[in-house]
Amino acid sequence: MTVGRTLSIALLGLSGAVVEIEADIANGLPAFVLIGLPDTALAEARDRVRAAAANSGCPLTGRKLTINLSPAALPKHGSGFDLAIAMASLAAAGDVSRDSVASVIHLGELGLDGRLRPVAGVLPAVLAASRAGLTRIMVPAGNADEASLVPGMTVIPVVSLRDAAIWHGGEYDPIPVEAIELPMQEDQEDDGLDLADIVGNEEAIEAMLVAASGGHHMFLLGPPGAGKTMLAARLPGILPDLDGAAALEATSLRSLSGRPVGAALVRRPPLEAPHHTATAAAMVGGGSSYIRPGAAARASHGILFLDEAPEFASSVLDVLRQPLESGLISIHRANAVAHFPGRFQLVMAANPCPCGQYGAADSECTCTPIVRRRYLARVSGPLRDRIDIQLWLRRITTAQLRLANDDQRLTSAGARARVVSARAAAAERLRLTPWSLNGQVPGAWLRSPKRALGRATTASLDRALERGGLTMRGYDRVLRLAWTVADIDGAAHPTAEHIGKALYLRRGMTP
Amino acid sequence: MAAKDTLGRQGEFLAARFLEANGYRVIERNWRCSQGEIDVVAERGGETVFVEVKTRSSVAFGHPFEAITVSKLARLRRLAAAWCEQQATAPRRIRIDAIAVVAPHDEPAVIEHLQGVF
Repeated sequence: MTVGRTLSIALLGLSGAVVEIEADIANGLPAFVLIGLPDTALAEARDRVRAAAANSGCPLTGRKLTINLSPAALPKHGSGFDLAIAMASLAAAGDVSRDSVASVIHLGELGLDGRLRPVAGVLPAVLAASRAGLTRIMVPAGNADEASLVPGMTVIPVVSLRDAAIWHGGEYDPIPVEAIELPMQEDQEDDGLDLADIVGNEEAIEAMLVAASGGHHMFLLGPPGAGKTMLAARLPGILPDLDGAAALEATSLRSLSGRPVGAALVRRPPLEAPHHTATAAAMVGGGSSYIRPGAAARASHGILFLDEAPEFASSVLDVLRQPLESGLISIHRANAVAHFPGRFQLVMAANPCPCGQYGAADSECTCTPIVRRRYLARVSGPLRDRIDIQLWLRRITTAQLRLANDDQRLTSAGARARVVSARAAAAERLRLTPWSLNGQVPGAWLRSPKRALGRATTASLDRALERGGLTMRGYDRVLRLAWTVADIDGAAHPTAEHIGKALYLRRGMTP
Repeated sequence: MAAKDTLGRQGEFLAARFLEANGYRVIERNWRCSQGEIDVVAERGGETVFVEVKTRSSVAFGHPFEAITVSKLARLRRLAAAWCEQQATAPRRIRIDAIAVVAPHDEPAVIEHLQGVF
């Protein structure tokens, strides 16, 4: 008999594939057959679509209806295909215009009353459609703002299946219904944390500025109450706003993890702080049929903060090594491989020993040396190697508290301005390279004849290398930090003083 | 006789007449054995057809075809085999059909015929 067809998008990780949905009506006893590797939520579309169509006043055919989702070998999941299945079925029956239905992408879940429910992952799906050269997409009204974030797409928001059928030329009278909206987005601006809250600890604030300016990973070590968590929580506040591509990626990840996305892109860098009981799957992402992004992926273009880092399972910490190296998270499963962006800035905080008092001026550590060594060894060497800034924090003393001058304290806004100008200087210098932040630059490039610093400048650094206090990799890290310190100061080249400061940031692991 | 049984009888009568009008020869009606009942057995062009007839007075509770379930078809398939065994010469080709009769009280009945539904 007749075939109706339309398009939809299947997501795998952040990338989407165009799926063609065909509906065939054959002369047989009434049946609804869904083929093409659906998962459970998608197989249940059968009952949702049939009930929604009947309750919308445009019932499906009473014949044998076969729906094929092609390419048939691609695994498909979720409820976002409901609308496409319903429209293809109505097109097959001739109730709506076949050409009109075939030219539009459909996304959306149907309620039994025929209204459309917003779905997760609309932004990456619309992006995928745009990349595939398609321009018209029909989405639930609740997702309309999110879909409109992609330039060049014609978004057709619909409230119900009946509205969708009318848009495609179906001869029905409109029945106004209330649209189903997503819960309101929580305020992404201003979490009320300001750098000015921090008393004393000027070195730590300096280190944060360097970390933010150069995109350097950071390891904070210190006794309880030294302010590690307080500092780390204020790091996103001094990072600059995300630019176009980064904001789009961060917003896509937010959409994919099912959190509401409003009418604007996420501009503030995200902060993810997983608890130390997190599993490897929670950290990078996982799931058997539908692969979800983990904390590291959601922290992309923002901060991944691991408080009490040694308490994490060491296998969980080590899964971060690959994204730290490549900026990409790949999750392999039997039926598919999903890729997520993994360009996050890692901030770890830890006590120096299990009792936490080692190195504190005012109390005694009760741990034996071997216990102390084992504790920090839980953060593996290869992982620690990738962290540029390793800073020791001390508890603030009464004297420091008295000395702290309220007027001179740096606010988050002020710090952000300095970070922005330092980043601009670095970007200008790295203009013709694939990198944009000092934290991404390999040491060989910094040591190349054109960039190399004078021997007088690097004297202290060379001496540290000679004495064996620094490895060659550590040497390169200090060089990167020195360039960032120079960028913050507005200097064209790092001076001996900048190198000294960089060395301090790198070798702060000893109390 | 209950109203639904009268309706069923009437439907089967209409279905048989419909088949005859379409060139079938009705061999048997309401053939029974221990496993159940075949509504109509007919023949056309050397093919023996076993027909399940379903009658309703309206489609308010669904189309008659929707009431023909997989298990009902499976039973019809077994009954067809039982009928064939009792014949002196087994039919060469068989087919299982379904006929829906929608017979409102005050309007002419609508008959739909589906061929080869098993």
